[in-house]
Amino acid sequence: MLLLGPAREAAGLRDDLIDGDTVGEVLGAAVSRYGPAFERVLAVSQIWVNGEVASANDVVGRYDEIAVLPPISGG
Amino acid sequence: MNSSSTLDWVSVSSAPLSQDQLTTWATRPQCGAVVTFCGTVRNSSTTGNDITALDYETSEELAVARITQIVAEARSRWPELGAVAVHHRIGLVELGEAAVVVAVSSPHRREAFEAAQFCIDTVKNCVPMWKRELWDGGSSWSEDARTILGVHDQ
Repeated sequence: MLLLGPAREAAGLRDDLIDGDTVGEVLGAAVSRYGPAFERVLAVSQIWVNGEVASANDVVGRYDEIAVLPPISGG
Repeated sequence: MNSSSTLDWVSVSSAPLSQDQLTTWATRPQCGAVVTFCGTVRNSSTTGNDITALDYETSEELAVARITQIVAEARSRWPELGAVAVHHRIGLVELGEAAVVVAVSSPHRREAFEAAQFCIDTVKNCVPMWKRELWDGGSSWSEDARTILGVHDQ
């Protein structure tokens, strides 16, 4: 898992390793681990797997990187 | 992190940016136009007008990959472009300093203007990048946040 910006702040860390067979399973486990502040950020975030937009049902394996990307304010 | 070729130069780094360096790099014998856009840190936002710095955060890998995709899209829309450079600074950027610089050259000015505008607008909309606003005694995430958009939808 890669947690950026407000997601990193809410989770309290930037990188983590979480088990799960799908994006949804990993994110569910992340919510259990990090708590309600992270859950609120996750609700408005976009999820990428290996740099591409992903959805909850997508299957993931041990070498996939799930990124939690809150709304941006960059540039 | 840096990705460069003879014609494309993408960088996401905490090093200070130089407009002059990018303008010079983008200047090519076959190009009669170089457009350089520089986005600087200003003192105001929706949270107030006493901002002293911005603190940018990203994944350099994801940001460089997205900006590289933006440059490729610009080239497909304006095939006559010469050189294209897009540099984004991360970490702490003080008031008045450049946070992002785009330099585009082409044989004629129209394509250079249009492609430079496309690049900066698309960087704003499509690159995973977050900024924290700092002022004397406090800081907060910028309030004008939007969902990341796809490059091809721009």
